[in-house]
Amino acid sequence: MEHSQNFVLFLVTLNQMITVSVVLIFAGLAGLFSERSGIFDIGLEGKMLISAFFAAAVSFATGNVWIGVLGGIAASMVFALIHGITSITFRGNQLISGVALNFLASGLTVVLGNAWYRKGGQTPTLSGDARFSEITLPFADALRDVPFLGPIYAEVISGHKPLVYVAFALVPLSWWLLYRTRFGLRLRAVGENPASVDTAGISVIRLRFVAVLIAGVLCGLAGAYLSTSQGAAFGREMTAGRGFIALAALIFAKWRPWYLLMATLLFGLLEAISNLFPNIDVFGLFTIPVQFTQALPYILTVVILAGFVGKAIPPRAGGEPYVKER
Amino acid sequence: MDSTTETGRRATAASSAPPAFPSSGSEPPAIELRGISKAFGPVQANKDITLSVARGAIHGIVGENGAGKSTLMSILYGFYRADAGEIFINGERREIHNSQDAIAAGIGMVFQHFKLVENFTVLENVILGAEEGALLRPSLARARDLLTTLAAEYELSVDPEALIEDLTVGHQQRVEILKALYRKADILILDEPTGVLTPAEADHLFRILRNLRDEGKTIILITHKLREIMDITDTVSVMRRGQMTATVKTAETGPEQLAELMVGRKVLLEVEKTPAHPGPAVLEIEDLRVTDESGVDRLKGISLQVRAGEILGIAGVSGNGQSELLEVLGGYRNASGRILLNGIPLDLSGRHSDGQSRRAAGIAHVPEDRQREGLIMEFAAWENIAFGYHNDPKYQKNTLFMDNRALREDTRQKMKHFDVRPPIPRLKARNFSGGNQQKLVLAREIERNPDLLLVGQPTRGVDIGAIEFIHKRIIELRDQGKAILLVSVELEEILSLSDRIVVMFDGRIMGERIPAETDERELGLLMAGVQNGETT
Amino acid sequence: MERLPRWADVFLVPFINLLLAFFVSGLVVLAVGEDPVKAVWVMLKGSLGSTAGLGYTLYYATNYIFTGLAVAIAFHARLFNIGGEGQAAIAGVGVALVLLAANWPHWMLALPFAIIGAGAFGAMWAAIPAYLQARRGSHIVITTIMFNFIAAAVMGFLLNGWLKSPRTQNAESLPFPPGAHLPTAHELLAPLGIGFSKSAPLNISFLLALLCAWLVFLLLWRTRLGYAIRAFGQSESAARYAGISAVRIIMITMLISGALAGMLSINVVMGEQGRLIKEFVEGAGFVGIAVALMGRSHPFGIVLAAILFGMLTQGGFELLWEMPNLSKEMVLVIQALIILFTGALDNMVRAPLERLFLYFNRRKEGAV
Repeated sequence: MEHSQNFVLFLVTLNQMITVSVVLIFAGLAGLFSERSGIFDIGLEGKMLISAFFAAAVSFATGNVWIGVLGGIAASMVFALIHGITSITFRGNQLISGVALNFLASGLTVVLGNAWYRKGGQTPTLSGDARFSEITLPFADALRDVPFLGPIYAEVISGHKPLVYVAFALVPLSWWLLYRTRFGLRLRAVGENPASVDTAGISVIRLRFVAVLIAGVLCGLAGAYLSTSQGAAFGREMTAGRGFIALAALIFAKWRPWYLLMATLLFGLLEAISNLFPNIDVFGLFTIPVQFTQALPYILTVVILAGFVGKAIPPRAGGEPYVKER
Repeated sequence: MDSTTETGRRATAASSAPPAFPSSGSEPPAIELRGISKAFGPVQANKDITLSVARGAIHGIVGENGAGKSTLMSILYGFYRADAGEIFINGERREIHNSQDAIAAGIGMVFQHFKLVENFTVLENVILGAEEGALLRPSLARARDLLTTLAAEYELSVDPEALIEDLTVGHQQRVEILKALYRKADILILDEPTGVLTPAEADHLFRILRNLRDEGKTIILITHKLREIMDITDTVSVMRRGQMTATVKTAETGPEQLAELMVGRKVLLEVEKTPAHPGPAVLEIEDLRVTDESGVDRLKGISLQVRAGEILGIAGVSGNGQSELLEVLGGYRNASGRILLNGIPLDLSGRHSDGQSRRAAGIAHVPEDRQREGLIMEFAAWENIAFGYHNDPKYQKNTLFMDNRALREDTRQKMKHFDVRPPIPRLKARNFSGGNQQKLVLAREIERNPDLLLVGQPTRGVDIGAIEFIHKRIIELRDQGKAILLVSVELEEILSLSDRIVVMFDGRIMGERIPAETDERELGLLMAGVQNGETT
Repeated sequence: MERLPRWADVFLVPFINLLLAFFVSGLVVLAVGEDPVKAVWVMLKGSLGSTAGLGYTLYYATNYIFTGLAVAIAFHARLFNIGGEGQAAIAGVGVALVLLAANWPHWMLALPFAIIGAGAFGAMWAAIPAYLQARRGSHIVITTIMFNFIAAAVMGFLLNGWLKSPRTQNAESLPFPPGAHLPTAHELLAPLGIGFSKSAPLNISFLLALLCAWLVFLLLWRTRLGYAIRAFGQSESAARYAGISAVRIIMITMLISGALAGMLSINVVMGEQGRLIKEFVEGAGFVGIAVALMGRSHPFGIVLAAILFGMLTQGGFELLWEMPNLSKEMVLVIQALIILFTGALDNMVRAPLERLFLYFNRRKEGAV
């Protein structure tokens, strides 16, 4: 079946959208768990960055990408642990802790990268088993000729790296965990009113640590995806603000899993468009510069934050350290 | 803490350890505390407390604010850990390190500030922490059944699917009791449970408590309202300054004796004042209406007058529009209707409806919550003396700079006039006791010589000595011919200070009374929305 | 009573925090196989060992004083302005527009206008997040972060378009007229007979920074506006009661904050580069957070902290030459650790100290 050029472009854009939104889904879900428990996390960016570096470094060293992913997750969890200790144990300012971790990741990745590889902060390029390869879903080739849906299945849904499918599976899983289990009930309660959880005989501290560590695992996956799936090496500052976009998506989604998926796909689409069509010529009248398309996610985020599109109410105990009182 | 103003009286305190109330028969007491002590930094909140409560009794614990009642109960519930002492439940020694241990020991607690998740349903709140398995559905189903049973048994009905934020305070409290019963509590502690209830709701609560006692539950009621103690308890303990001063049978004591034990000397219940000589109206309010941010009508057409040289007291259970009324008059809440001050209309919205314009118009305001509104706790006393009046020309050195030296001198004067202790202007506000903080606010507002003084909860969290002083100052201002609008949830305070009383309920004025011609019972009915025997 | 004596609160706690941050940084240096003591020595020598080094140190310190003050004044109103980076960048456009608009005869004439340009543009970039916080309640931390990214896009667009110099391939503006050149330390000190490195970019902006620190001090603790800002920052509900307008305080504070961050472009764009380049802020906006935390949001502390960070930055460049296993990003690590320990882990140090002082006080009372 012949596809028109526009249809091909459409497929390519959707394919890109899925590829780039995966990071946002992982990071957004990380933020969801952390913030639903009452711990603000603007350190998503830093956790992703440190994970991206260690995932690439461990992959390179072991030649096995799965071990690399574990390495990335471990690094991210160490950062999550620091965030937990500062904001839960020592009741420090959660925003400042996040800022510090972002800088720590920026600095450490380059210092360690330079010391180990002498490539200006880059890791060596990953190849073979040290990076992920695409999975072709069953029947992708057989169904290719079905009109419209066939190519979408074959080109857009099939043929991604394994972590892509993990990310999309995590959305319903997170929803189920949050709204259908005891753990979810307690997690949501501790973000709304930690005293209610404390007086019910459950440890606020343990619950919040679990949430923060889950955020660590998810950021670890996000970072590992960046350097071993979307790219084939770590490059300095390779997260490029995606942690903040994920945060914005989380706000847009009002801290709910399914809406988060929508928001991340929207931002993913914007990123895909800016990658594929740098300078868009509008009917020959004027050109939309690439900088505008690049800045559009940030501009949209501000518009969303301004509350012109519904009001986003964060978890009520968010950002406040829990202090027992009568 | 109160140490500066009260050291003199400490000597008279009954410091000998009171005998534990003997438990009846051979059955061990439900609760026995031995030698409990707890310090917060330099403050000794509980000192060698010994207490024994028989099973199936309602036991009251009375004491002033800060006497250590809540701390003691928080230790019993595992919220704090005692520095020393032992806890026995049903004759068995228990280590209670956290709420989990307390729940396991069969203790349930209803805190003064409810520990509910506002956007959860009643059911979700009830099962939180006591779920039966990892999945919610079965737990919720079982809880729904149990709630129906409990509702019938103890008059504890609430809609299990309702969101907490949609419930009245009284119903929220029932959810707290249900939470404890769901966890199979045999001992129920209630901390100041009636503070936010209407008299009718309080009566209902007491019925519930009696039902529970008759089923063999043990109940501890913490309060500072002596009437409640006399009404419902079987035995009562009095706490004072961290110590247990007495434990007696309720039937063998009376309010006067309890009050004396509470404060350690005879209490001056009457405030000395001469009859008022009211002049012309200073404040005239007509049809004042307020709708809050969430669209709830808070004031539904208030009209009243305050004349020069009189104190108008506004009685009511908190949350019935008194706070909003003060905020509108103070200039930080928008409203519709008309307010005249000395015959001149005030702006009720827009640029000139703010605290600065109100102060310029001659209104001074002692806010209900001095720590959240009246003072900046991290500012020194001298900085707080300028608070709200920082634009006053007398505090400026020139057009650019403030005159901090003049400010400190002014503070020293005001601290002297109002007996603020310690009289050190550079001390931060948070380092003063509650009473002295309140005196600091009063000094600032009263010395402005305003035409109208708004006073909200003037003696909340204030020690007895300071209460008398504060009341005297308010009456002095009245005698100078100023108009005073007093809002208080303490009926006794309203009755003893006011020249006229209006009662507010649900954003409306329920009625006006003269103190000499009314009593607490009548006012209580009005506060509950009952007018001429009919509920509104 | 106070739990900690004032000297402990103001000096001891930050000092211990700093030590901890340096200690952990030392561990990182060890981890990459270098000698931390040698690294400290290299950094000290590089930053203070020559007039060139000192000149660079104080040049960076100038930037950090500006951005540190910007963060600190916002802190006093309990606003967390992470947008110094973007505000300084956009302020650079203001400076460039002013300096390219005329053939300035003398720097004394050009400087006031450049300051107005920088201040106005920096303030403008802070105004939108401020407005959204004041009127719509949008969290200013997130909006200022977003505005940093938007500023980067704007800079890229302008320097590849309208402002781009036709004489070069690089994304930069035309050079400013020679009359707009600010006197450097070398030029200022030479007439006094003091020899100072010719290559160091330290210029008269350093004095402007000290002046700003003094003005911020006066503003916060001597004026009605400063009183209102601090009151608002301590308690929003109390400010409402006192008739202090939240919208007004948020707007004014953020405008001042943005303008202060913008002053950085006087030092870099006007003082050093002599033209507008794309990434001239180089993270100084973020360093301002560390400086403000370290300096306890007090202008005096900020000047000291800024000099310390100037030493770190300049010393970091020296590391590159002398210790090949270390990169200048080591400074980023140190900076992050200082933010972590002074800003977020303060209680870790404070709580044990409070217990210690309580213990000693009790013993003293016991003795009396």
